[in-house]
Amino acid sequence: MTALLEVDGVSKSFGGVQALNLCSLTVEAGTVAGLIGPNGSGKTTLFNVMTGYEPVRQGSVRFRGTSITNSSPDRVFKLGIARTFQLTRIFARLTAIENMLIATQHREGWLGSVFKTAASLGPERERAMELLEFVGIAGMAHQPAGILSYGQRKLLELAYVLVADPDVLLLDEPAGGVNPSLINHLAEKIRELNQQGKTFLVVEHNMEFVMGICDSLTVLHQGVAIVTGTPAAVRSDPRVLDAYLGGTDEEGDD
Amino acid sequence: MSSHRLIKPGLIGVALVAFLAFPWVFSNPTYTTIAVFTLIYMTATTSWNGFAGYSGYIPLGHAAFFGSGAYTFAVIAQHDHLGAGYGLFGLVPVAGLVAGIIAIPVGLVALRTRRHTFVVITIAIFFLFQLVATNLGITGGSSGLQVPAPNWPGATFNDPFYYVALALLILALAGSWTIRRSRFGLQLLAIRDDEARARGLGVRVGRVKLTAFVISAIPVGMVGAIYAYFVGQVFPQFVFDPLFDLSIALMAFFGGLGTVWGPALGGLILEPLQQYLTFTYSVGDLYLIIYGIIFLVVILLMPLGLLPSVTSWIQRRRGGPARASPGGGGAASTLRAEPESGP
Repeated sequence: MTALLEVDGVSKSFGGVQALNLCSLTVEAGTVAGLIGPNGSGKTTLFNVMTGYEPVRQGSVRFRGTSITNSSPDRVFKLGIARTFQLTRIFARLTAIENMLIATQHREGWLGSVFKTAASLGPERERAMELLEFVGIAGMAHQPAGILSYGQRKLLELAYVLVADPDVLLLDEPAGGVNPSLINHLAEKIRELNQQGKTFLVVEHNMEFVMGICDSLTVLHQGVAIVTGTPAAVRSDPRVLDAYLGGTDEEGDD
Repeated sequence: MSSHRLIKPGLIGVALVAFLAFPWVFSNPTYTTIAVFTLIYMTATTSWNGFAGYSGYIPLGHAAFFGSGAYTFAVIAQHDHLGAGYGLFGLVPVAGLVAGIIAIPVGLVALRTRRHTFVVITIAIFFLFQLVATNLGITGGSSGLQVPAPNWPGATFNDPFYYVALALLILALAGSWTIRRSRFGLQLLAIRDDEARARGLGVRVGRVKLTAFVISAIPVGMVGAIYAYFVGQVFPQFVFDPLFDLSIALMAFFGGLGTVWGPALGGLILEPLQQYLTFTYSVGDLYLIIYGIIFLVVILLMPLGLLPSVTSWIQRRRGGPARASPGGGGAASTLRAEPESGP
C-alpha cells in the first residue's frame, strides 16, 4: 500500500484555541479511512487545512508525495481531491443537473465560455445524469436544488464532486441528519466507489456507519491524532474511551 | 406544449414591431423624447442586470460608466470639431470601449470586496469620478461641455436617437440572453449561490466576475454617449448622477432581477412614469417618493420581481408545474443581503 494523502505535524490555532496540535495522518490509496473524535476535536479544521480552505504556518500536507500545503481550494480540487461539507453546500437556485456541471467548468476557456451554451455540454450532461442515477436522485435532475431534502442535498453534493473524477473524496459527516435507510444507501455507494478505486477519508459521528465502511480509523482528540488502527482495535483502545468519556482529562471537549 | 413554446418568440416579435413602429404612431416629439430616455434606461438596466442579476453582486456605481461614455462623446466631438450629423453616432462604440477599459481597474479594485462592502466601494468610486469630472480641465469643470446639435427637422429630430438607442437595447438584451444561456452564465450563477464553493470546484471566480463587470459597463457607456448627444450638453452632476444607479437598480428589481427580460420591462414601466410625473407636476423629484414606495412594494409583495411573479401566476392558473423558488429566489435573497442598498 502507498500513502496517497499525508498530513505531517500540522498545527493550527484560532485565537487561544489550539484546533490542531502537531496532527499527523496518513490515508492509504484505495482505502476508506475514517476520522472520528469528540466535537471540537479538530476534524473539520483538518479537512479545511487539507483542502486549502485554511492556511497553516506549521506542518505539511502531501498528495502523492507532492506538497499541497497552503494550496488554494481550486488547485487542490484540480489535483484530484474533492470534499463535501458538513453543512452541505449546493447551488440552491440552480437545478440539480446544473449543479453537476459546475465542476466541469474549470476546463472552459475565457471567451469560449461566453459563446458556448451550457446546453451544449452533451457528454458532460450524460455523465452527470449517470452520476445522479448512481446516487439515486436522477428524478430531481431538473428541479432547483433548493427544494431537495437534506439527505438528497448530501447525495447531490457527493455526485457533483464525482463529476470531476477525483482520486480522493473527503466527506464531512455524510450521514449527519440523514435517515437510516438513506445512510445504508450512502454506505453502499461509498463501498461501490471504493471498489472502483476511489479513496475516502470520512468524518462521521455515526459509529455504526463508520465501523461498517472504514478499513482504518483515526481518532482525533484536542487536535492530536491519538490512535490509528482497524475499527476493531480502535473500538477497544482505552485512550479512545478516555477521549470520548472525559476519563482522565482535565479539560472538557466542546 | 408546442403552442406554449411559441408564446415567447411571438411576444418578442410583437414587441419588436411595436418598438419599430412607435415613432410613426406617436410622432409627437414629447412622446418620442420620453421614448428615447426610456430606451436609454432599459438598455442600462438590462446591461447592469447582466452583471448584478447573475452574479449577485450589487454595484451602485455604473453611473461612472454612463458619465464616462457621455464625456468621451462630448470631449471627442468638441476637441476634433466634429460636425453634428449621423456620423457622430460613430462615437457611440468608442464611448462603450472607453467605459469598458475604465471598468477594468474599477472592477479589479471593487471586486476584491463582497456584499455590502462591494456596494459601498462602487458608490465611493462613482463619487470619485464625479469629483474628477467637476475639477478636470478637459471636462470643462462644473460648467460642463456643449455637444454640437444636428440641424434635423424638429418633427423627426428624435427619430435617429430613438433607433440608435433601440439598436443598443436589442444588443444589450441579446448579450444578456447569450450570457444567461452560456457556460459563462452558469459560472456566474454558481458564484451568486455560493462563491467560495464554486471556486473550490475549479470555477475561476475572479476572472469570471471581472469579465461580467466589464461587459456590463460597455452598453452603459454607449447609452451615456447617446444621452450626451441627445441632450446636447454634459454636466458632471447630470451624467454622474447617483440617482441613475438607484433608478436602474430599482428597474431591475421591479422587473425581475436575474431574468433576461425583467429589467427591460421594469425600465419600460418606470422611466415613462418618472417622465410623466415630472411633466405633469413639474416637480422633478416627485418620482423619488414614488420609487421609494415601489421599492417597498417589491420587497414586501413581489420579492422576485414583476416578470417571475406574473409567470408563476399564469402557470398556476393553467395548472401547470409552477417552478419552485428555493432560497427566496433572486431579488429577495439579494435584497435581504443588502438591506441598505435601497433608496
